[in-house]
Amino acid sequence: MKLKIATLLLSASAIATVAQADEVRVYNWSDYIDEELLEKFEQETGLDLIYDVFDSNEVLETKMLAGGSGYDVVVPSGTFLQRQITAGAFQKLDLSKLPNHANMWDVVASRTEQYDPENAYSINYMWGTTGIGVNVGKVTEILGEDAPIDSLALVFDPANMEKLADCGVYFLDAPAEMIPAALKYIGEDPDSHDPDVIAKAEAVFMGVRPYISKFHSSEYINALANGDICVAVGWSGDILQARDRAAEADNGVEVAYHAAKEGAQMWFDQMAIPVDAPNPEGAHVFLNFIMDAQNMAAASNYVYYANGNKASQEFLVEDVIGDPAIYPDAATLENLFTTTPYDAKVQRVVTRLWTKIKSGA
Amino acid sequence: MRAGKSFLILVPYLWLLALFLVPFGIVFKISLSDTALAIPPYMPTLDFSAGWAGLRDFLSELDFENYVFLTQDDLYFKAYMSSLGIAIVSTLLTLLVGYPIAYGMANASERYRPMLMMLVILPFWTSFLIRVYAWMGILSNEGFLNQFLLWTGIISDPLVIMNTNKAVYIGIVYTYLPFMVLPIYATLEKLDGSLLEAAEDLGCGRIEAFWRVTVPLSRPGALAGSFLVFIPALGEFVIPSLLGGSSTLMIGKVLWEEFFSNRDWPVASAVAVVLLLILIIPIILFQRNQQAAQEADK
Repeated sequence: MKLKIATLLLSASAIATVAQADEVRVYNWSDYIDEELLEKFEQETGLDLIYDVFDSNEVLETKMLAGGSGYDVVVPSGTFLQRQITAGAFQKLDLSKLPNHANMWDVVASRTEQYDPENAYSINYMWGTTGIGVNVGKVTEILGEDAPIDSLALVFDPANMEKLADCGVYFLDAPAEMIPAALKYIGEDPDSHDPDVIAKAEAVFMGVRPYISKFHSSEYINALANGDICVAVGWSGDILQARDRAAEADNGVEVAYHAAKEGAQMWFDQMAIPVDAPNPEGAHVFLNFIMDAQNMAAASNYVYYANGNKASQEFLVEDVIGDPAIYPDAATLENLFTTTPYDAKVQRVVTRLWTKIKSGA
Repeated sequence: MRAGKSFLILVPYLWLLALFLVPFGIVFKISLSDTALAIPPYMPTLDFSAGWAGLRDFLSELDFENYVFLTQDDLYFKAYMSSLGIAIVSTLLTLLVGYPIAYGMANASERYRPMLMMLVILPFWTSFLIRVYAWMGILSNEGFLNQFLLWTGIISDPLVIMNTNKAVYIGIVYTYLPFMVLPIYATLEKLDGSLLEAAEDLGCGRIEAFWRVTVPLSRPGALAGSFLVFIPALGEFVIPSLLGGSSTLMIGKVLWEEFFSNRDWPVASAVAVVLLLILIIPIILFQRNQQAAQEADK
């Protein structure tokens, strides 16, 4: 009897190893890829792809730090990546398995080095800015033709927000994006780690808090596209997707995206391989597939985010490569800022402040 | 015979040990440690290879500072209080809704009772998450409820229910209703009808008989139902985070933020331990109530 159970267990674990060898598990942001690419990957490589999604860096980070997530490829943003590398959550990339790595774009790679020195652990998937999406028709109807739709004043000036409140305003539920924006608005260093400076953001939010309908990091795509809300502070490509969906639905909603003229945060989503990935071999195959110029271009053409792949640019449609909201011109690029990770103490100050802003407690 | 009996008792105790005490011990241990940027994100971790010396080092690094921290920021106190308030109010609401349902079921003819019972249990066959999402569709500003009420002309502006505490109450009452209905129904069904006849013979009106006979006799069921609703409602996370607004403060949400936003497992564990201590009071009361009911049966 015992023997029987032992054999059963053995064969079960053998099945599990076999299953792992031809299976790649990817954990990426929601609404962030052309699903046809996933099918193409399975057909080309013969590997089974299991593709899960998340909508917050915090959820991903908790899985990484708990260990044993079971994923082979994950996609944290710059500051989160940096902290997780320090915690030992990722393994170094084996460039010999990544021939397409030559396609990467030095302009982006030089910027992601501040999070991942020498880009040893990660490749850039997409990058973008955090800015303001507006329902052009409704906002100009409420605030007039000269509504400041490209300025942080639109969302941080109580006079504007009071009028927009009935129409609906969503903010990202991401303190690491929203607090730097508020600091930028009042002329402080958006990357400040000084608790006294960070505290100044509170007054900015409290002034407009009654007029914010919701803090959420993914619902605004649909809400903007359907015309349920007037304004969303969100990620560039998400808002451009909303613009596209509204145009497709032909529902009379015109959505526009602007990186704030005062300065907008630039962020990078990096693909990395967890240190305990069950199938690192397959993870490299996936990364190499993604870095293929045509595949990467297909992804960008679909989600309206810029990528860190130089070779893909010739395959990008004009809507993407020619749109300064996606590939900013030199002057806009100048105006973008990046942030660095908070240490645990400052993180607590930031989270506490965010709870206070959201709940009033 | 005796050995058999103690074996029978052993099973639930093993169950309690494996599924409650051991996990609790682990959470308690984490609550005494410090946060660290590592996998797992706290220290010290127990190193068995170092033997007794390792254990001693490990124990010497544990302390209660996370519990002290909970008292320094009023967020936690407010969240516990607000969770208690929401749990108490929604338990009372569930009782108000559940009692008449159970009463109606118990007084229905024998033929219909199994079907009514089925109807109470039926919603459980759908995923809990899907049912909560359905409520989002019903309660939102553009939702079915508002559209219907606007159509009938009862209201002229849409009611704002979604993303407020009202939606949380509705969600909790809806979700936990069967836990309230079933125990009350069980006591009412056993109720001896001749007692009510006797009360009426002795000059009680029907309403008075209800208050003086039915209600006291169904109290054990109502109490059991209330505890079954109150205990999970106190730590509820899914309902407030999906239906509630950003101003809904509940300890389940605070716990989530400690884990995910602050990456502070030790403080999160301390919050969880305190929550459990708060819950132990009603659990003990519940146990006593059950025992008293059992002894009364004998």
